[in-house]
Amino acid sequence: MDNFQYFTYLLVLAGSTYLIRAIPFAAVSRKIENRFIKSFLYYIPYAVLTAMTLPAIFYVTDYVVSAVLGLLVAVIFALRNKSLTVVAVAACVTVYLAELAMSFLT
Amino acid sequence: MSNFKRGLKAGIPIGLGYLSVSFTFGIMAVSYGLHWWQAVLISMTTVTSAGQLAGIGVMIHPGQYLEMLVSQLTINVRYSFMAISLSQKTDSKFAGIWRWIFGFMMTDEIFAVASREEEVSRSFFAGLSVLPFAGWTFGTLVGALLGNVLPARLMSALSIAIYGMFVAIVVPEMKKGIAVICVVVLSAIFSCLFYYVPVLSHVSGGIAISACAVAAAVIGAIVFPAADNEPTQCAGGENSGEQEVRHG
Repeated sequence: MDNFQYFTYLLVLAGSTYLIRAIPFAAVSRKIENRFIKSFLYYIPYAVLTAMTLPAIFYVTDYVVSAVLGLLVAVIFALRNKSLTVVAVAACVTVYLAELAMSFLT
Repeated sequence: MSNFKRGLKAGIPIGLGYLSVSFTFGIMAVSYGLHWWQAVLISMTTVTSAGQLAGIGVMIHPGQYLEMLVSQLTINVRYSFMAISLSQKTDSKFAGIWRWIFGFMMTDEIFAVASREEEVSRSFFAGLSVLPFAGWTFGTLVGALLGNVLPARLMSALSIAIYGMFVAIVVPEMKKGIAVICVVVLSAIFSCLFYYVPVLSHVSGGIAISACAVAAAVIGAIVFPAADNEPTQCAGGENSGEQEVRHG
């Protein structure tokens, strides 16, 4: 890939990502009073993060089993209000140990 | 503690989480044939996970600029909803040019942490942006330069990190009531339908995520438009957010 092509792609990639974030952020300056829209905006982050996580999380590691265990541990830690870092690290360690154990069993 | 410092602290777990994700991105970018500096420049100018991964997938083919644009818009349309959502919680000084500047850092995780604030100040958001940006850049650099020295099993384990963060954001909110639980379950069901039903699985991942999320949130807003779901009244979230930072 030559530099011209790279930078053109970069412009489209970075430019579109920036504008889709910044335009709505700058454009909506009034408080939204509509109850439906307010509720919608409150729910949207959790709906987005859920749709991004399930079922994608099951196929991101080398084995579905290790991912399921990682998810379970993450949920347990999250239920106990552990920080984002602790939950993420716990999930990683679980996956690592699970796959290590599987390598001995098979 | 000043708002900036508070934001800086709140950004620690995001920055750490980003290290592993951007590390993976760096490895993939180089394996796709990009130079290390090209990978780092993409991360510094774009700061998004799914969009960048899809982006380098398009980049390796020549001249598909329209495809690049369409895939980015569909993958990233969720940011528009987040931006509008957060626009409702900013303080009076967080306006005008500052929205144009900090809109750049409207990532999933920064949005999720910022929306726990009762009122999002400019300096809090600035502080919150620092470590995620640094982690995202540095992780990409290390991944691009040293990626293939890490064993496959470690990479497999690291790849779940970002989803662990998502779980840590969503699950505590589900404890607050049936409304969020329903929205989350609906979104999960819709997302699985898009993944497993043959006809629907042809839909691109970005569109599917946005469609699932919008559908679930609309149903939630219709069935549970309760006053205590209003973003301005989620003040309880701020304290739990603070506590979590201290745990970390």
